[in-house]
Amino acid sequence: MRSALRIPHSVGKGGGVVGYPHKPHPRETVLLSRYFGEADARTYKAWVKRGGYAALEQARAMEPARVIDIVKESGLRGRGGAGFPTGLKWSFMPKEKKKPHYLCVNADESEPGTFKDREIMRWTPHALLEGTAIAAHAIQAEVAYIYIRGEFTEPLAIMEKALADARSAGVFGDLKIHLHRGAGAYICGEETALMNSIEGKRGNPRIKPPFPAASGVFGMPTTINNVETLAAVPPILTKGAAWYKGLSLSSPKSTGTKLFSVCGHVQQPGNYEVTLGFPLKDLLYELCGGMRPGRTLKACIPGGSSVPILDRAETESCLLDYEGVVERGSMLGSGGVIVFDDSADMVYQIMRLARFYAHESCAQCTQCREGTAWTTKILERILAGQGKPADLDLLLDLSENMTGKTICVLSDSCAAPVVSGIKKFRSEFEDYLTGRRKPVMVA
Amino acid sequence: MSADAHTSQPAGTEEYQPVFTEQMLEQLQEILARYPTKQAALLPALWLVQRARGWISDRNMAEVAEVLGLTPAYVKGVVTFYTMYHQHPVGKHFVQVCTTSPCNICGAEAVVQALLAATGAKELGATSPDGKWTVIEVECLGACGFATPILVDDDFIESVTPDSVPEIVRKYK
Repeated sequence: MRSALRIPHSVGKGGGVVGYPHKPHPRETVLLSRYFGEADARTYKAWVKRGGYAALEQARAMEPARVIDIVKESGLRGRGGAGFPTGLKWSFMPKEKKKPHYLCVNADESEPGTFKDREIMRWTPHALLEGTAIAAHAIQAEVAYIYIRGEFTEPLAIMEKALADARSAGVFGDLKIHLHRGAGAYICGEETALMNSIEGKRGNPRIKPPFPAASGVFGMPTTINNVETLAAVPPILTKGAAWYKGLSLSSPKSTGTKLFSVCGHVQQPGNYEVTLGFPLKDLLYELCGGMRPGRTLKACIPGGSSVPILDRAETESCLLDYEGVVERGSMLGSGGVIVFDDSADMVYQIMRLARFYAHESCAQCTQCREGTAWTTKILERILAGQGKPADLDLLLDLSENMTGKTICVLSDSCAAPVVSGIKKFRSEFEDYLTGRRKPVMVA
Repeated sequence: MSADAHTSQPAGTEEYQPVFTEQMLEQLQEILARYPTKQAALLPALWLVQRARGWISDRNMAEVAEVLGLTPAYVKGVVTFYTMYHQHPVGKHFVQVCTTSPCNICGAEAVVQALLAATGAKELGATSPDGKWTVIEVECLGACGFATPILVDDDFIESVTPDSVPEIVRKYK
C-alpha cells in the first residue's frame, strides 16, 4: 500500500500541477490510486515491475466472451456517471464480427466537481492503457480512441509518452490505440457527441437508437467506457470477479472501489478512493478534515454538478453507492462531491451552475438552448434585486419543460440544481425577491 | 484586438502562406492514418494550424478544407463549435481561468481580477496593450479540488490565489 507522502511531480513556471497531495487515509481502499504519487510508475518498465500488463496477457489467453463474463460477475458499473453495468454493455456488441468494431475511451472529464480521471491518466497511464486493451479484446475491437479533453495538456502529454512506450514494447499486438484531443466542449463527454467529435464534426449528441453497439463511431459497432471504469478492469482479472464483488459496504448492486473528487469548502479537498457504500459524512468529516474552522455544512452535490443538491441532513445520512445516493434524492454520478458551507450563497452558486450549462449547451434542442439561457437570466435578475414574485414558479416551470424532453441530458442537468435548490433553499431566493438581501449583481 | 507580431496575418490582397507544407503535410499524413475517413482528421489538423499560427483565420480554414476535402463553411462550423480554437489573434500568453461554481466558492473571481490587473489586459477577452496577454474566464477546467486552476498557454497551474498572481505573471514575461 502507498506510504510516501504525495509529492508534486511537475512544477511549471507558475507553480504547476499539484494534483494528489494527500497521504492515503487508513479508511481508504487504494486500488486505482495505489500508485498515485509515485512518478516512476508512469514508465512502462516500472509498470511491468508492479505487475502491469499481466492482466492483459491473461485476458488474451481467454475467449472474449469469457472476459465479458468475468467483468459481468464482478458487478463493475460505469464510473462516468450513468452506472451502467460494464460487462452487460460489452455484451451488446455483435458476437459475430461482420464490420470493424471500435472502442472509445471517454477521457473528456468536464463535469464540474470531477477531477478523478485526470489523476488516473497523470499517475497511472498504463492502468488505463491496459484496461483499454483488455476491453478491446473483449469486444473484438481493432481500434481504440482515447478522447482527452483539450484543456488536459499534462495528462495528454503523459498519455502520449506511455502509449509510445507500450506500443514500442509490442504489448498491444494488432490493436491500435490512438489519442484524440478535444477542443473545449463539455458536451463531448456525452457518448454520441464524443463520437461525432472524433469524426471531425460539431459535438452534437445523436438521437438514440441506434445505440453505439449497433452504430457508433464511423457508423460501426462501438463500445464507450469511462477512464476509471477501464482502469478497474485489470485488477478484476488478476484478483478475480469474486474478490471485486466482495468489495462492497452496502448494496450488492454497488461493488468495488470508486474515486471521489471532493472540492469546495472542505479542509482537504482532493481525490479519495473508498469502497462503495462508504458514508458520505465520514468522507467529508474524517477523510477531508471537515469544514473550515467556525463553519458548518450547508449543502453538498454528491455526483458532479448535474445531480440534485443535498441539504445537510441528507448529506450526513447518505451512503456512497448507486442506490444509497438515489435514496437521498440525488445520484452518485461521476463521484464529484461539491461541498458548500454556511458562507455559500446558494442562489449565486446555482446561477453559476446554470450559466455553465447555458455556455455548454450544443443548442440543438430548443428546450435546452432556450431553457438554460433563460434559467440563467432569471437567476441573474433575482441576484440583481429585480426578481419578480412569480420567478420561482417560472423557474420550476421552465425546469419541468427542460427535463426528459431533449436528445441528451444536458438540459435535465441544468434543471436538477435549480429544482432541488429552490426546494431546499427557498428562503435564500425569497430574501433576494423581498429585498431582505442586497443585490450582488448589476442588472 | 491589439497588434501582435507573432500572431497577425496578412489581410486582404497579400499572398497567403500555406500552413501545410512539407513537414506539416507529413504530420497530417500520420494523423490521417489513424482514422478511416479524412474528415476525422479535422480537429487534429486545426490544432496543428493553431500551434503554427497562434489562431485560425478564415484563410486557414479554407486551406484545411481543401486539404481534407471539406468545404470552408463546414470547417468554420466546426471551428466555431469548440471554444479552444481562436478565431482572432490573441496575446502571446493566453490565460484561461476557471470560474465555475466549485472554484467560484473558493475565490476564483478575485483571481480573475488579479490577473486582469497584473497583466494589463484590463478586461476579459481583450489583449494587453503590449500584446502579451489575453485573459478569459472559462467553465470547469477539471481540477476543482485545487481551486483556482488556470491555464497559461499549455501550462496548467493549480491553487492560484490573488497573492500568487503577480509572481506567475512575472515568470512568463
